Amino acid sequence: MIHFVLLISRQGKVRLTKWYSPYSQKERTKVIRELSGLILTRGPKLCNFVEWRGLRVVYKRYASLYFCMCIDEDDNELEILEIIHHYVEVLDRYFGSVCELDLIYNFHKAYFILDELLIAGELQEPSKRTVARLVAAQDSLVETAKEQTSSITNIIAQAANFTIKMLHKGYGPWGSNALHLESLLLVDVCTRLVDQH
Amino acid sequence: MNPFSSGTRLRDMIRAIRSCKTAAEERAVVRKECAAIRAAISENDQDYRHRNLAKLMFIHMLGYPTHFGQMECLKLIASSGFPEKRIGYLGLMLLLDERQEVLMLVTNSLKQDLNHSNQYIIGLALCALGNICSAEMARDLAPEVERLLQFRDPNIRKKAALCSIRIIKKVPDLAENFINPAASLLREKHHGVLITGIQLCTDLCKVSSEALEYFREKCTEGLVKTLKDMANSPYAPEYDIAGITDPFLHIRLLKLLRILGQGDADASDCMNDILAQVATKIESNKNAGNAILYECVGTIMSIEDNGGLRVLAINILGRFLSNRDNNIRYVALNMLMKAITVDAQAVQRHRATILECVKDSDASIRKKALDLVYLLVNESNVKPLTKELIEYLEASDQEFKGVLTAKICTLVEKFSPEKIWYIDQMLKVLSEAGNFVKDEVWHALIVVISNASDLHGYSVRALYRAFQTSAEQETLVRVAVWCIGEYGDMLVNNVGMLDIEEPITVTEYDAVDALEVSIKRHNSDLTTKAMALIALLKLSSRFPSCSERIKDIILQNKRSFVLELQQRSIEFNCILQKHQNIRSALVERMPVLDEATFSGRRAGSLPTSVSTSTGTARNLPNGIAKPAAAPVADLLDLSSDDAPAPSSSGGDFLQDLLGVDLSPASAPPGTSQPPKAGTDVLLDLLSIGTSPPAQSSSSASNILSSIQDDKASLANLNGLASLTSLSPNATSASPAPMMDLLDGFGPSPQKKEENGPAYPSLVAYESSTLRMTFNISKQPGNPQTTLIQAIFTNLSPNVYNDFLFQAAVPKFLQLHLDPASSNTLPASGNGSITQSMKVTNSQHGKKSLVMRIRIAYKINNKDVLEEGQVSNFPRDL
Repeated sequence: MIHFVLLISRQGKVRLTKWYSPYSQKERTKVIRELSGLILTRGPKLCNFVEWRGLRVVYKRYASLYFCMCIDEDDNELEILEIIHHYVEVLDRYFGSVCELDLIYNFHKAYFILDELLIAGELQEPSKRTVARLVAAQDSLVETAKEQTSSITNIIAQAANFTIKMLHKGYGPWGSNALHLESLLLVDVCTRLVDQH
Repeated sequence: MNPFSSGTRLRDMIRAIRSCKTAAEERAVVRKECAAIRAAISENDQDYRHRNLAKLMFIHMLGYPTHFGQMECLKLIASSGFPEKRIGYLGLMLLLDERQEVLMLVTNSLKQDLNHSNQYIIGLALCALGNICSAEMARDLAPEVERLLQFRDPNIRKKAALCSIRIIKKVPDLAENFINPAASLLREKHHGVLITGIQLCTDLCKVSSEALEYFREKCTEGLVKTLKDMANSPYAPEYDIAGITDPFLHIRLLKLLRILGQGDADASDCMNDILAQVATKIESNKNAGNAILYECVGTIMSIEDNGGLRVLAINILGRFLSNRDNNIRYVALNMLMKAITVDAQAVQRHRATILECVKDSDASIRKKALDLVYLLVNESNVKPLTKELIEYLEASDQEFKGVLTAKICTLVEKFSPEKIWYIDQMLKVLSEAGNFVKDEVWHALIVVISNASDLHGYSVRALYRAFQTSAEQETLVRVAVWCIGEYGDMLVNNVGMLDIEEPITVTEYDAVDALEVSIKRHNSDLTTKAMALIALLKLSSRFPSCSERIKDIILQNKRSFVLELQQRSIEFNCILQKHQNIRSALVERMPVLDEATFSGRRAGSLPTSVSTSTGTARNLPNGIAKPAAAPVADLLDLSSDDAPAPSSSGGDFLQDLLGVDLSPASAPPGTSQPPKAGTDVLLDLLSIGTSPPAQSSSSASNILSSIQDDKASLANLNGLASLTSLSPNATSASPAPMMDLLDGFGPSPQKKEENGPAYPSLVAYESSTLRMTFNISKQPGNPQTTLIQAIFTNLSPNVYNDFLFQAAVPKFLQLHLDPASSNTLPASGNGSITQSMKVTNSQHGKKSLVMRIRIAYKINNKDVLEEGQVSNFPRDL
């Protein structure tokens, strides 16, 4: 099982941490410090595994980022490399040639994708397409919810503006019949929307 | 973004933090943001709650405290919208872990979300539960998860399967509920569900033997078929990695088959064919293929014997081992290590390649290979392998030398066919990496050398030669110094020359030179210097012609800033000047220490092997006894012919020497010798020191002056008894000056009164299971204070753990209790616990001592309490 996932930049900055085994906050800081000291100093052509506290850390560098996963002694290291690559490919597909900045500004997205890939330290989905589809579906759920909110507020704002404009121009609700009707309708829509919201 | 938003957006905050030039600036930005978030939290602001939490998560990732945001996660999870929940669950997984109480509050929301109509919300809840649930939550929510294993959408089923893994790991009792649903997952077509289902079965097998039996019987054939289908499946773009369809699924299938096949011939038989097919068909030019092969080899090695498959597997590993990719070589070494228990012969065939890996530039591979070599060594190949390793020692980098040295030393010690070879190899290690050699290793070398009487000359000459070339290796210098001190005459006279040796000419002057160099070298440490000083004293009687020069060197150390050296040199100087008559007897050769005793002791007393007498605090478990022990030992060095023992470094080593020395003197007349016990020899010694019998000092000097070899050890003991109370560090400190120490050897024994009156030891308490003996002594010039040393002996056949002695006294007494020597009392008198206390009697002369005692301990974890009163103290205390 994967005990934790770390993304560390070449400067030792943490970009993502995910803990599947219980580590207290203090231990977490210590683990990160220890491992970045261990991994960032290793040369480029060496193997991708380091032994650490009776566990094994598999890491792989992609551009300026080190992807590290800590596993048990009897897990398959080569497979973990493949899982790391799998994650990177999904990220790449999602962000469109992903870079470190994407992961900084959209760190929550990186987490959402990881959550579609791993649960309880085990691989969840071997298909990149399925992961992408699931993340996209949830993103669109969020978008719809947002749009709903903003469209309501927009409509309210427009309606208010229109009514005020009409009033200013001297068309009262008692003025031209057509306009009167329109503004009444708007006010009605507004109040209903507000109620709903 | 919301057009009405106020405050900074997440993106702006990240930008602001990233533009900070210094850490202080960053802290300021974060502090400001945190303050704003806290304010929003206290106002219970709903609109920006999820944005604030997102910010908090980023701040958390930078390492700042964010505990105040924990409740916000719960609120977001409890809200109805998907975006809020999504962020809330993410925060929950990031900011909390399973050990926090707050987590319990989320159980109810989780339960609702697991029953939600929106499948994505169910997914979120399952994911959170799978990543951080605690045992209680697992118990509460297991039925929901179990139900979701049959949910219509496969993406929920797979999440539920992984969630179940977490649940059964937290609460193994729940495993049986999951066996049937897990088995039905194995028939799925959806890869995600299949992978997670197989993983769930694997973990079920690990926690429940019932599950293992069930799956072995019902599912083995199905799994073999699935693997066959996978291996023969046509190109499937969705799951293809490097030309292989879903390597992840392959690997998980192989892993589960391994567990099913282990220890079951039928199941193993059933999977033979497909394993052979996978092992031969999978391409090994890409990582994915190699990962499968690696897993396959592991499975072949674990399942019941099938010769043909094993050969195939070992061949694959051989191919891996010669691969250019470091990762592949690493896993090959890793797997060979497991294979060695199955087929050592096959692994031996790859010895040469493995040895090459020890010299690899990659630290991970080096370490793995060294571990493997260590397992490979046996009596027949120890010589060539050790040779290779020692040769490599020279080239290896500093970090690796420590590990390598330790491994070589253990190997040489374990498999050495003959002593001379052992000594040779150790010498090579010492001269190459002496600074990495542990204390017990060179102690053992000294013991071996002293035991091999025919090799004394050879060893000292070889050491002398090595010393000339690698004097910077501390431990080499120590061993050399010790041997020169002991066998200096053999060095000079070429005694016991072996045929293989090249003759060397060393004059007495050269030998003393070597010692002088090691004592004057500024980077020699204290132990080395002290050992050299003792060696000089020894040589002074072996080489009479150099005696003056040796005296000069010793005199130079009189001004040493290190107390130990200063004191020693003053004492030694005194011996050289005033006590010519006893000198030659004092510095005689060390008695040989029995190797078996030494190794036994070493195993028993390893944890207490550090104690330097530089006067720093020693936090040893034995309480008061140890600090006093070091000076006692030093004194013994001086008065006996044990002298070259590394007085300032080796607690354990010294104990051994003493232990051997003491055995003939276990029942000298007049001494109140407490029961002798294993590693507590020093403690016992001390007890003699603190309660000296009246006549001991006189008898000591008598014997000393008549110098009888067979009673020498008794003399040491008694001499020690009278001397201990004079040492400034000993328990019963007295202000007598240092020089008296040696004058004590003179013909006028007047130590009698100084130790105060002596008392016989009394059995203060005795039950059928326990005896407590008091050794009572008085500090000279302080009649009110009584020193009592309590010795506990176990009369039952059970070991007592958590032993605790408590005592209470009436108001007119004052009691000071020192820590006990141990809290474990070995069974049937095979050892004892000692504890000293000091009682001050304010009504001395009017009332006598009285004491209530309470002794608590555990037998097999059961508490036992014994109580009693001690009123049989002598009257005049």
